[in-house]
Amino acid sequence: MNAISPQRIGALALRYLYLLRGSWIRIVELAYWPTVQMILWGFITQYLAGHSDVLHQATGLLLSGVLLWDILFRSQLGLSVVFFEELHSRNLGQLFISPLQPLELILALMLVSLARTLIGVGIAVLLAIPFYGFNLFALGPPLIGFFLNLLLMGWAIGLLVSALVLRYGMGAESIAWAAIFALAPLCGIYYPVATLPGWLQPLSWALPASHVFEGMRAVLLDHAFRLDYLLYALLLNAGYLGLGIGVFLAAIHQARQRGSLLQSGE
Amino acid sequence: MTEPAVIQVEDLRKHYGPVQAVDGISFSVARSATCALLGGNGAGKTTTIAMLLGLLLPTGGQIRILGEEVPRHRHRVLPRLNFSSPYLDLPQRLTVAENLTVYARLYGVRRIRERLAVLGRDLDIDAFFKRPYGSLSAGQKTRVALAKALLNEPEILLLDEPTASLDPDTADRMRGILIDYQRRSGATLLLASHNMSEVERLCDQVIMLRAGRIVATGAPRELIHRYGRKDMEEVFLDIARGIQSGEVVE
Repeated sequence: MNAISPQRIGALALRYLYLLRGSWIRIVELAYWPTVQMILWGFITQYLAGHSDVLHQATGLLLSGVLLWDILFRSQLGLSVVFFEELHSRNLGQLFISPLQPLELILALMLVSLARTLIGVGIAVLLAIPFYGFNLFALGPPLIGFFLNLLLMGWAIGLLVSALVLRYGMGAESIAWAAIFALAPLCGIYYPVATLPGWLQPLSWALPASHVFEGMRAVLLDHAFRLDYLLYALLLNAGYLGLGIGVFLAAIHQARQRGSLLQSGE
Repeated sequence: MTEPAVIQVEDLRKHYGPVQAVDGISFSVARSATCALLGGNGAGKTTTIAMLLGLLLPTGGQIRILGEEVPRHRHRVLPRLNFSSPYLDLPQRLTVAENLTVYARLYGVRRIRERLAVLGRDLDIDAFFKRPYGSLSAGQKTRVALAKALLNEPEILLLDEPTASLDPDTADRMRGILIDYQRRSGATLLLASHNMSEVERLCDQVIMLRAGRIVATGAPRELIHRYGRKDMEEVFLDIARGIQSGEVVE
């Protein structure tokens, strides 16, 4: 394999920047759902705070959950939706006859996903300050660890979903939206993992996001930073991301065998 | 002196289950030659080109391009190749200039602005540089696709139906541009086409395919003579219908 070229990764990132720049609706769409979610859960929090000891003790428990969850959701969607753009525009074949290497494509997708997540969730995080007096940055330095882990998990799922679509065609596109919601009940976003039935808990602990949300609750409720949660999440993410990259590369290899890179599209 | 072959194909095969899309073909194309891959629909032309580009993995056989083994070392040769095909598109919502800029960067082109200006002028596409690619007519898209294929001044240019959907005047100008590029750069051209007058005008070598196999090779004049026909159109019909050279048909 040839050396990874930052220039080629930048070229592909530029392609997505052009796409974003060309449509203000796309920019609004990036921030729309995170902001709507934040507003909705902000009101729910305000209502429940007067009725719940837990929420009274730890303001922003629900809002932190919803905003951190959106990091995971946006990073996954940011990667797979951008990849689907190539399929929709029948551009994948052009990319693969250029000197771009599959790993460079993956890195470019990750870079764009990071930018989209920062824009989308960033706006909602900033709006939460004047709306509810809630500042996610109050989580302190652990927030960096939470953000990184959720981003990595989102990329891993995004790559797996993209590989499925590459294999089974655009009919599988809806999986991109559904996949992450199937995991949501297991991640302990709004409740501790201990709330889940015993038989489901091992499954929940196998997800990096569960460790992140437990870590978040430890900061908000106990004012303690749990390094063990962070390290478990990182370890799991290393495995899932490796799996995601491997499956995505295998899907490209298989597409080369089947000749579908030449015909990929709607 | 014979120029060294820049494309060498030996016993190339591509099978999709029981379907043999390409069935043990061997050929070579010399540097600076213009070679046509001809054949009816499903003859194996596009499949062969896709394998040369590393876009499709062969079932068997060997491909060497510019001395490198493909698909194994395709990343060593891809910066020196390019391809234009109606089967591949460019992002519809990006403007023509944005599309060409992205691909220029992917191919590591230096002085991108100057390169785009030259291609815009040569291919007469500068008037719609700022228009989204998706808003162009089929003929305009073909010209933009050709501009993309010439961005990196490729040593080997592969073309699938290069003048499809162009009006006769534009098609003629495109052929002129290809001839001019080939003479100026010494590039090798390999094209799949159904336009036989185009083949006669551009090509010094023809490879005829039928059902994934090579059924005839030679220069256009040589094939016309061998089949006793007046032009390549008639030769093509003979071969597509399975008529052997020298066979008299009522």
